[in-house]
Amino acid sequence: MTAKTESVSKIRFRDPQIELAHGAGGKASRRLIEGLFAPLLIGPLDEPLGDASHFSMNGTRLAVTADSYVVRPLTFPGGSIGELAVNGTVNDLAVSGARAEVLVVTFVLEAGLPTEVLEAEVRAMAGAAQRAGVKIVGGDTKVVENGKADRMYITTAGIGQTIPNVHISPKSVRPGDQVLLSGPIGDHGITILLARGELDLEADLRSDTRSVLPMVEALAETAAPGLRWMRDPTRGGVATALNELARDCGLAVHLREEWIPLHDAVRGACELLGLDPLHIANEGQFLAVVAPEFADRALAALQGLSNEAALIGEIRSTPAATVVATSTYGGTRIVDMLVGDPLPRIC
Amino acid sequence: MCLAIPGKIVELVAGNPDLAVVDVSGVRRTIDTGLLADDPAVPGDWVLIHVGFAMSKISERDALDQMQTLAVLGEDEAALQEVQGYGVLEENKGGP
Amino acid sequence: MRFVDEFRQPELITKAAEEIRRLADPNRQYRLMEVCGGHTHAIYRFGIKDLLPANIELIHGPGCPVCVLPMGRIDDGLSMAEKPGVIFTAFGDMMRVPGTKGSPLEYKARGRDVRIVYSPMDALKLAQANPDRHVTFFAIGFETTAPSTARTLMRARALGVRNFSVFCNHVTIIPAIRAILDSPDMRLDAFIGPGHVSTVIGCRPYEWIAANEHKPIVVSGFEPVDILQSVVMILRQLREGRAEVENQYKRVVPWEGNRAALRAMAEVFQLRPYFEWRGLGSISQSALRIRDEYAEWDAEHVFSVPGLRVTDPKAAQCGEVLKGVLKPAQCKLFGKECTPEYPIGALMVSSEGSCAAFYNYEHRKAAVAVAVE
Repeated sequence: MTAKTESVSKIRFRDPQIELAHGAGGKASRRLIEGLFAPLLIGPLDEPLGDASHFSMNGTRLAVTADSYVVRPLTFPGGSIGELAVNGTVNDLAVSGARAEVLVVTFVLEAGLPTEVLEAEVRAMAGAAQRAGVKIVGGDTKVVENGKADRMYITTAGIGQTIPNVHISPKSVRPGDQVLLSGPIGDHGITILLARGELDLEADLRSDTRSVLPMVEALAETAAPGLRWMRDPTRGGVATALNELARDCGLAVHLREEWIPLHDAVRGACELLGLDPLHIANEGQFLAVVAPEFADRALAALQGLSNEAALIGEIRSTPAATVVATSTYGGTRIVDMLVGDPLPRIC
Repeated sequence: MCLAIPGKIVELVAGNPDLAVVDVSGVRRTIDTGLLADDPAVPGDWVLIHVGFAMSKISERDALDQMQTLAVLGEDEAALQEVQGYGVLEENKGGP
Repeated sequence: MRFVDEFRQPELITKAAEEIRRLADPNRQYRLMEVCGGHTHAIYRFGIKDLLPANIELIHGPGCPVCVLPMGRIDDGLSMAEKPGVIFTAFGDMMRVPGTKGSPLEYKARGRDVRIVYSPMDALKLAQANPDRHVTFFAIGFETTAPSTARTLMRARALGVRNFSVFCNHVTIIPAIRAILDSPDMRLDAFIGPGHVSTVIGCRPYEWIAANEHKPIVVSGFEPVDILQSVVMILRQLREGRAEVENQYKRVVPWEGNRAALRAMAEVFQLRPYFEWRGLGSISQSALRIRDEYAEWDAEHVFSVPGLRVTDPKAAQCGEVLKGVLKPAQCKLFGKECTPEYPIGALMVSSEGSCAAFYNYEHRKAAVAVAVE
């Protein structure tokens, strides 16, 4: 019995204008991409859109992706916009099953931006590229009037080669498959929130920005035949990534709340502000769905590189296309995608 | 209407008797303690925080009492049923 | 987390759930209302309903201070955001609530200076840091939050900060409970009382519910163990034919309330003769306004607000859902015209609004109930 999947082409984008929510990575973003961009630019999709696109050229299987970075503040504990840009693109390729080879970078700079700020970002990008083993080979720069860009916007595009033996697709996911997470969630999003200074909170937290390629390669080495699907839970968090999976494969993702790794300060900030860690952005983590017979060795491989990697749940057949979280005492709740960014609350 | 979280007062703000720094699982914030003026909080006290204000002190004693009450839930009943099983509580209708 | 994790311990939750099962009369339907939106949120977040027998029904009450604001008041607040030089501040809860011309976040996207604050004190600090701008704070909340706004205004006055104002939309809980009990279509057995409001007002204000209406009310904390223990206490009262006010949340709620908080409120606020509540109509003595002595910081004095009465679309049944007469899914617009993405009313947008909570945590649960082993 095949699970029912939502036909991507049926989504239409009817909003009269673009709102901030359309860039937040949640439901609204989804509608814009699938309802406007994809039908006009790509045409009918036989596979749901992933983090990167794979194509063949003269017999070689390649992958390409692009990403934009609009971050305030530009620098924060653990990193800066430049590092996010490099790692983000490397990661998109990695979780699609490809090893990034080259990146191109475009800058949109606001007139009045101090050179030392720009230079610091460029150095950060060079450092991140070196650590990630990827070459930045070119790019473009535009300067706009003061007030027309939030200091700087960065877009990166990356090309890489597919990792042998890795064939991932939401359609290959089956009930019984295990859901693995590379490490604690929420560090990046909460770090940014605190760095903005509007909430007057202090904590010893850093962005988790890093390349996940080494972990993906370790997974490929130990569990390639059982590796079904991967995604990096950036904006919108784990909740969004898993809801996309659930929707794309038509099955259910069942999470165990107490298995999800979380740093104390992230938990404290989330409780204080009324936020759900599952909705908070991560920049150095990824999710993997693995066939049950490969799960143990896959988890061991991840833990070798990231000791907080954990098994967080499994795939079941019902309820269709839904993410459910269960607590130790048996209480359940549906974990849904948010519409826009998560907002602190007092009620 | 009521997201309020327990936090520990870690220091008082010098020069301002109504301000203190509170720690919630490693996250710190300056809060206003003016609503506790009738029974001021000192470092080490746990308070309930809502929108940057301390609303109440948390009584560890009451928290422990509550845990204790819950821990023995069902036990009184179990003990009672066992005793009833012995027939001790029934009136002795017949007898030697 | 201390004073949190202890009240989420699985063994205690299981014990409390078993006790509930033991106490609940299988031949009886129980209808318990949790007044406070924070409890609504907690019930969904912790999956409390999964732990209760089918004959105990939890009805969501009107204790969501965002949900009960008529759209006209939102418009009034946002009209201030349109004035030049104004920085409009509010809690995150307000940011997506729709006014006639959009929500605060939408105003922000259109270029207005709209900012989220965690505390009214942060809004005051913003005013001190921006002497050439006027900072206005959209104050919402029941008695839990009103004292904080009061202290902020006292501080503004003491410091002589002149470029700061508060748009006061504080409401009080007792008239809301009264409106529920006066409602002819409402049938309730007991109340789960608002724990954090009670840290301010204490437990005495609920005595009429027990004495005159003969309904138990247990003032409850917000962790799973607290809510379940409160249900245990309610069931015991019902079983023993008692109707009393009890304090389950003793570790935090003083029976007499917080006198310093009540003093601050009395200093800065007075009751409005009446106030329009979304869904409940006009209720007398149910909301706070800023006293004349603080008029300089009263946004309704500083700005001339439109003050228009905006009624909800006819098809929206926010009122009935607020009162607990209808379940969210029974509103004709639920899940169709009204979703978290395109909310018609505040109950779908506020994180503790019954409709949002139901939509985000539950509305596909019919299938889950079968699936979860």
